[in-house]
Amino acid sequence: MGNVVVDVMLKSEILDPQGQAVAGALPRLGFNQFTDVRQGKRFVLSVEGEVTDEVLAAAREAAETMLSNPVIEDVVSVRVEPQA
Amino acid sequence: MKIGVVTFPGSLDDHDASRAVRVAGGEPVSLWHGDDSLRDVDAVVLPGGFSYGDYLRAGAIARFAPVMSVLIPAAQGGLPVLGICNGFQILCESHLLPGAMIQNDHRTFICRSQRLRVENATTAWTSDYQLGDEITIPLKNQDGQYVADRSTLDELEGEGRVAFRYLVADASAHTYDRFAGRNPNGSYRDIAGITNERGNVVGLMPHPEHAVEEGYGPSLDGLKFFTSVLKSVVNA
Repeated sequence: MGNVVVDVMLKSEILDPQGQAVAGALPRLGFNQFTDVRQGKRFVLSVEGEVTDEVLAAAREAAETMLSNPVIEDVVSVRVEPQA
Repeated sequence: MKIGVVTFPGSLDDHDASRAVRVAGGEPVSLWHGDDSLRDVDAVVLPGGFSYGDYLRAGAIARFAPVMSVLIPAAQGGLPVLGICNGFQILCESHLLPGAMIQNDHRTFICRSQRLRVENATTAWTSDYQLGDEITIPLKNQDGQYVADRSTLDELEGEGRVAFRYLVADASAHTYDRFAGRNPNGSYRDIAGITNERGNVVGLMPHPEHAVEEGYGPSLDGLKFFTSVLKSVVNA
């Protein structure tokens, strides 16, 4: 079984309320060194057999059409997860 | 005059939307997300709620429901479509309207009576209002922050396609309004609702369908959405 990993992040100019909430809570645990937090999404798409170029192309298309909204998000990476 | 109301898994306000259509004098027709038919309706309402649990992004999965495959081309062809709250999110995800909705900037769910100003009284859903009318209808949402890039916002403003704007209470005045001095969800340029170029597709975050009957909601200010579309269908 092969996996394709898709990472999606909010565009830098879009406010990230969840990231801000995390950033606000970190100092309470003594983590004072982080000036900002941005939270993203990771999708792991599994297929039977190996991840072929076709599978990877389909994953890229899915990432652009459904897994992300290009108005507010960027697909940061689409990559094959190495077999464990 | 048949107005379709689509039910997705997780829709909450479909019954109120149907009731509002009836109160306005129209005939509501239930449409199902899994059907690829619009049952010959004259207009469609995409109601509020949490379709597919708001998973992925609000409206992102509903946008690919079978009923949308017929609704999107029909809307592009001029069929009047109103998206309320989650319905607005679905219209943005469908690219029938520009921009996107993200989480409220203050991160909490809001439920309140909200004042709005009508900024376009020529759409299929707003023609019974006068430009500049101030209305009060319920607002209840988690992901209600309207965002778009600057050029899109400028285009919307330049073409008069901002249909509704949040009225913001004066922060300097003595007030108990939690949102004095700022709009209730962080929406860019206080935008509460927009329309497409043709004026047949309108989306807004607040809920006109909850303000159509005496004894329910803060006013009857929402009724004109539904009376407007009934007239526009007659005149079409």
